[in-house]
Amino acid sequence: MRHTLSLFLTLTAFWGLMSGHNSILMLLLGAVSITCVLYIAHRMDVVDHESQPIHLSLKIFGYFLWLFKELVIANMAVVKSIWLGNASISPVLVTIKSSQVTDVGKVIYANSITMTPGTVTVDLVGDRLTVHALFQHNVEVLNTGEMDRRVCHLESKC
Amino acid sequence: MTFDTITIFSFISAIFLLIGSFLCISGGVGILRFPDFYTRMHAVGVTDTLAAAMILIGLILQSPNSLVLIKLLIILVVTLFINPTASHALAKTAIHNGLMPMVIKHDHDKMIIAKKEGKSSNRS
Repeated sequence: MRHTLSLFLTLTAFWGLMSGHNSILMLLLGAVSITCVLYIAHRMDVVDHESQPIHLSLKIFGYFLWLFKELVIANMAVVKSIWLGNASISPVLVTIKSSQVTDVGKVIYANSITMTPGTVTVDLVGDRLTVHALFQHNVEVLNTGEMDRRVCHLESKC
Repeated sequence: MTFDTITIFSFISAIFLLIGSFLCISGGVGILRFPDFYTRMHAVGVTDTLAAAMILIGLILQSPNSLVLIKLLIILVVTLFINPTASHALAKTAIHNGLMPMVIKHDHDKMIIAKKEGKSSNRS
């Protein structure tokens, strides 16, 4: 029920922000389309904690800020090596361990790794992530496990 | 007063747009310069994340009303969510079809770039 309510609020906000109309006819049409989407989503059985991760709550914003900081640092390293040429890169393919238990946690961790330039998650089997990194240094940073720890903290369970 | 608010905003916006453009060009150069598929994907990462974010922030500072601002913010968030998914799909498909990455071998503290097998699938 909470997830349906969350989806309803998200859709309402999205419709309102996208259209910017506020005549009665338009609002009615919007309500009809939102109802249709809610019905279809229920039929597809996709309204759950995975599509509406409300349990992550407000901690996600702090995580995004931290991730953005990491993103800027990683970007500078990659741009530097682009202009310095191929001698400055040391590509490696490694397997690292993730300590998240839920699927959502694993996906957040894997996607965070992929989003940071210089590291791409190639495969995810069980709790083993195959990561391709542009620098040896990236792997050492991942092995310190700070991102892993932060994603665990986000979900409040490991 | 020599500077009004609009001038300052457009000045900051121009700086953001310039940085974004530079990062976009860097990403493009990286795609051409890096040696193999996987390393090129990292170059795309630059264009996808920070370059897009910088250009969108530059545009947000120029937006005339709050509705446009929020739409640009939504574009920014959605871009950041979609790109890792696309990159991962590319990488996974490549490795499952047998394209081996070029890796550096550690050989008595001497780094040798070792080109592995899978060159034929590089072309296909």
